[in-house]
Amino acid sequence: MEGYVTIDGVKTPINGKKNLLEVIRASGTELPTFCYHSELSVYGACRMCIVEIEGRGIQPSCSTPPEDGMVVHTHTPQVMRIRKMALELLLANHHGNCQTCEKNTKCRLQELAQKLGVKNVRFGEPNELLPIDDKNQSIVRDPNKCILCGDCVRMCKEIQGIGVLDFVGRGSNVRVCPAFGKNLNQVECVYCGQCVSVCPTGALTIKSQVDDVWKAINDPNKIVVTQIAPAVRAAIAAEFGITDGEHALGKVVTALRRAGFDRVYDTSFAADLTTVEEATEFLNRVTEGKHLPQFTSCCPAWVKFVEQFYPEYLSNLSSCKSPQQMFGSLAKRYLSEELGVPRENIYVVSIMPCTAKKFEARRPEFAVDGDPDVNAVLTTQELIKMISEVGIRVADLPLGSMDMPFGFKTGAGIIFGASGGVAEAVLRTAVGSEPGAAAPEFHEVRGLEGLKEANVVVGDKKLNLAIVSGLLNARQVLEKIKSGEANYDLIEVMACRGGCIGGGGQPLPNDMAAREDRKNILYNCDAVQPLHNAADNPYIKECYSRMLHRPNSPVAHKLLHTKYRSRRRIQGEDVELTDSTSVEKVPVSVCIGTNCYLRGSYDTLRRLINMAKDAGLADRFDFKATFCFEKCMSSPNVQVGDTIHGGITPDKAEEFFEQVIKPTVDAKANEEVEV
Amino acid sequence: MTPIAPLKSPQELEELKQKAISAIKACSTRILVCGGTGCMSNGAPAVFQAIQDELAKAGVPVRADIMSDEDEKAIGLGYSGCPGFCQVGPIVRILPADYFYVQVRPEDAKDIVEETVLKGNPVERLLFKTHDGVQICKTRNEIPFYKDQTNVVLAECGVIEPGDIRDYIARNGYRAMAEALFGMTPEAVIDEITRSGLRGRGGGGFPTGRKWAATQAAQSPKKYIVCNADEGDPGAFMDESIMEGNPHAMLEGMIIAGYAVGADEGYIYVRAEYPLAIQRLRRAIAQAEEANLLGDRILGSPFSFHIHIKEGAGAFVCGEETALINSIEGRRGMPRPKPPFPAQAGLWGKPTVVNNVETFANVPKIILNGAEWFRSFGNEKSPGTKVFALTGAVVNTGLIEVPMGTTLGDVVFNIGGGMRTGRPFKAVQIGGPSGACLTKDHLDLPLDYDSLKSVGAMVGSGGLVVMDESTCMVEIARFFMQFTQKESCGKCVLCREGTKRMLEILEKIVSGQGRMEDLDLLEELAIAVRDGSLCGLGKSAPNPVLSTLKHFRDEYVAHIVDGICPAGECEAFKSYTIIEEKCKGCGLCAKKCPVNAISGEIRKPFKIDKEACIKCGACADACKFEAIMRA
Repeated sequence: MEGYVTIDGVKTPINGKKNLLEVIRASGTELPTFCYHSELSVYGACRMCIVEIEGRGIQPSCSTPPEDGMVVHTHTPQVMRIRKMALELLLANHHGNCQTCEKNTKCRLQELAQKLGVKNVRFGEPNELLPIDDKNQSIVRDPNKCILCGDCVRMCKEIQGIGVLDFVGRGSNVRVCPAFGKNLNQVECVYCGQCVSVCPTGALTIKSQVDDVWKAINDPNKIVVTQIAPAVRAAIAAEFGITDGEHALGKVVTALRRAGFDRVYDTSFAADLTTVEEATEFLNRVTEGKHLPQFTSCCPAWVKFVEQFYPEYLSNLSSCKSPQQMFGSLAKRYLSEELGVPRENIYVVSIMPCTAKKFEARRPEFAVDGDPDVNAVLTTQELIKMISEVGIRVADLPLGSMDMPFGFKTGAGIIFGASGGVAEAVLRTAVGSEPGAAAPEFHEVRGLEGLKEANVVVGDKKLNLAIVSGLLNARQVLEKIKSGEANYDLIEVMACRGGCIGGGGQPLPNDMAAREDRKNILYNCDAVQPLHNAADNPYIKECYSRMLHRPNSPVAHKLLHTKYRSRRRIQGEDVELTDSTSVEKVPVSVCIGTNCYLRGSYDTLRRLINMAKDAGLADRFDFKATFCFEKCMSSPNVQVGDTIHGGITPDKAEEFFEQVIKPTVDAKANEEVEV
Repeated sequence: MTPIAPLKSPQELEELKQKAISAIKACSTRILVCGGTGCMSNGAPAVFQAIQDELAKAGVPVRADIMSDEDEKAIGLGYSGCPGFCQVGPIVRILPADYFYVQVRPEDAKDIVEETVLKGNPVERLLFKTHDGVQICKTRNEIPFYKDQTNVVLAECGVIEPGDIRDYIARNGYRAMAEALFGMTPEAVIDEITRSGLRGRGGGGFPTGRKWAATQAAQSPKKYIVCNADEGDPGAFMDESIMEGNPHAMLEGMIIAGYAVGADEGYIYVRAEYPLAIQRLRRAIAQAEEANLLGDRILGSPFSFHIHIKEGAGAFVCGEETALINSIEGRRGMPRPKPPFPAQAGLWGKPTVVNNVETFANVPKIILNGAEWFRSFGNEKSPGTKVFALTGAVVNTGLIEVPMGTTLGDVVFNIGGGMRTGRPFKAVQIGGPSGACLTKDHLDLPLDYDSLKSVGAMVGSGGLVVMDESTCMVEIARFFMQFTQKESCGKCVLCREGTKRMLEILEKIVSGQGRMEDLDLLEELAIAVRDGSLCGLGKSAPNPVLSTLKHFRDEYVAHIVDGICPAGECEAFKSYTIIEEKCKGCGLCAKKCPVNAISGEIRKPFKIDKEACIKCGACADACKFEAIMRA
């Protein structure tokens, strides 16, 4: 739309803006909003952006398309009264404790109440307190601070394509929560933290491990080692008003030493190692023509996403651990040998742009005898808090340099932090370069777009690449691969749009404009490095010669690679229906999730229990009512032992009991006899 | 029922109509038991069964359906739709004599058969008698409740069997559709509707013709017609009655709309709490499909139209068109911001017409009789009739249909028969929970869209609750606010939080905790919610508050300042006093008092300690001599 809108008497060009709010903001008036984000669909619920349009009365500007000749007033007494009333109503139902809130001074509700001068809340008490959901490693959900703007709901659904959160209830009892009122750790949340990035209040915050880290620092027996992820430097630079990422990193290194860390390393080193391992793996797969396209596996949210939604593609994931986990595994082994201290006395702290890394660090496979490879994960936000807790003025600090050997990286390891970076790093290594010559650059894979495609010639092969960020985009690509519509050899996926620079642990604002700045800082960091091909990193070479032998060697596999597993999306608690104390019972679980229930699973369950009783076998089975096997198409589902059987409607219960359930007891009986 | 051969042309429809008319004419007696929800739950099935048994006993053959004429002497027996006067149900009508029997019990069946069927005489004790007992009304039209009504939409309700499409066809059913499909362009149909001045009967009053024209103008290969049958106002059952009593009228209206705007698919969004309506709709759709009046190539024309039923779970807000669309799509019932309007991007993003049941039911009549005929009812800006659900403290309650512009006084005192309680008229709540309260100053107000809007009220879906002096207006505002608060979808801040806080303040006032500054806050809040909410539910939720504050402010003040409820309704203000002259000194009240606030000597008047009294009312309920005054 072209033309002009008159805003508070000033003729303002529309300039193709999609809604009136954007036009008004461009005109220099910062209309307040809670529920408007240019990346998300228009929701129209917070009523803060209302304006008076001549001839149309009070309208929300976010959902009104601008029209030529429109006359708009943004601050009439009526408009201001409604805006303030909406704010006052939100404040009245907000469990304040501002001073101790994680979001204090960063809270949009607090900010707008100040700006609009709402001084008095004339209404009664807020709703009753609801329980806080903090059972997972990454995100704390406090429904008592939620203002129901729906930003998290739309972010999760529209950008990430998952939809973990939604509204439930009606009237003043509406709340946002995962399905069935469960906690985030029981549902399909991948912990990307993008919801945290858009939450205007303290309803969604990062679960802090700052206190754990202080405890380790203050423990004289612990060697506290930290690794800083590539994307952190980009955000830190902006936070402290430093334009040069490497410069900012140098100051943070000094700050971390002052804070008490014993060693400061760079995750980019591990990223270089990942590149070499992953490039080797990729070239092998291309040669063998197996498990293609290869998916990158650096992003833990993406990995969990595949495990939950596309288990059929698990073998396509690169078996490489993420740089964070490669670092933890390597550093613990190296330092315990080097310093002669037991492994468990080395405490590895990652500083990451990411909330999902907290979950990744707790995956059971990333631990040796219960000792995790990475002990604590701090997000960029927590790093900033930790530094400010002890009062260190980062901007004034002298530059420090990283410890060796894990402090040395090439530019390839740095660009891991931006979407396209992993692919470019792998390509630089795969394509290779003449000694002394500059590493090739692949500009086509750079940028914040959700899907980028590139064709690259490696040796005699022409390879198709897809670079994806945002999980909805990833889902769409996977569906295209499934249907045969798309064909790729290598797919890089980062859960957050723009890559790790936009991770859920990054400081606010974490919008696309901030991500653009951070991306530029990262590529500048790459530009100033002496080396750009991961394989050229001398310490990586040393690593191979001293410890790992060669890329994808057995020892490299043991230390640097992992396995994935199919994961249920929703966790439920089973209901024990029979006494399960005695031994040697066959477990029989009947799903009573909605789908199975509607198709009669409850009756099936009852009949099976009765049949077991009638057959005098009640004590041989352990009957459970369970929750969703995620095979709703074949409901009702019954699991006997390890096998799930579908279509067990009540009328088939008897046949099923005779043919499937009963024989398991006979089989067990035979075993016993044989023993 | 005998099968209906698919109709391949308008001529075949006309032939079927003539056959149906002569079959119905040939029937010497036709007994119609009211099959509306009210009568059905009031014992109509047992009455039906008893009549059937008595007919069998008397050896009177009964027709299998209205078209079966194998036995000339066979009489008709069937369920009709609701004639609207549920208060006197179960209703049994005898045609063609048009005897109108009320409050019929199964034991009356014998007399109905012996007297009326066999001898042709009315059973006097079953006829309607006026409130004062003076007038006995033999036929429907003699009853004062009906005399001042004008039935257009409800004309067939209670007269035809909704379960038999041929009964509708006999009364010109589907002829409007045939005329539109074979004799009119889509533009001509829209033009006719536009000229008729028909406005949406669901509450908003938006001109139907304009809505259709906008949808027709939208460029899209796929469009939808949605019938909003999510009638959610408590006590309102206009749409339910049409769906139960004459479902084909609304189906025909939808098909005509589909033809006019270029849609080939329609959805009826009906609440699951209307099982009978859903059952009748399903049957009607099946019969219309069987007769080729719905489905592919209707009546042999190139036009195809399919109708689906979507059952809603009963959220009030799903009556809002965008929330309704969300619900059909399987999403949470929450309104969407407008624009885009449904006419541009509605169901599944396609241009969509959303009209309510009554609006669609008007359409065939307009096409059949012309815009001018329609404009002969009602007034200039609001032509046609409107169905209201009249209830409360009036003598006659039920479903009524009057020309738009009929005055409030006419409805209350002529059709409603005045106040049932003998206490003076106080107010009318119009338009459902988010409507407004009108007072005796408004008795001459014409009931039409614009007149009501001018006094801050709305037609809404047509609920009319009449109140007398014993109703507390603050309590009324609280009652409706409680409803809208529970039914708010919770999306926009002002409606979700604002209704909660308005309710909080109203609760304070009715419980005697109110302060004068609460009134200012209440008004300020109500205005902000009205002006700033996202959808119609929020925008209209403050109406009961604003209208009572305007017309009955002194009642609010009395609660706050004087500490009394002038209507004597609010428990918190009641005080209990023992009338010495009436008290026999039995001591029962003292025994029942949970806080031992009553004392006295046996056989002498007892006394209530007002300080200790918690105003529970147990004493007054227990007293056998009406010696305890509640005031």
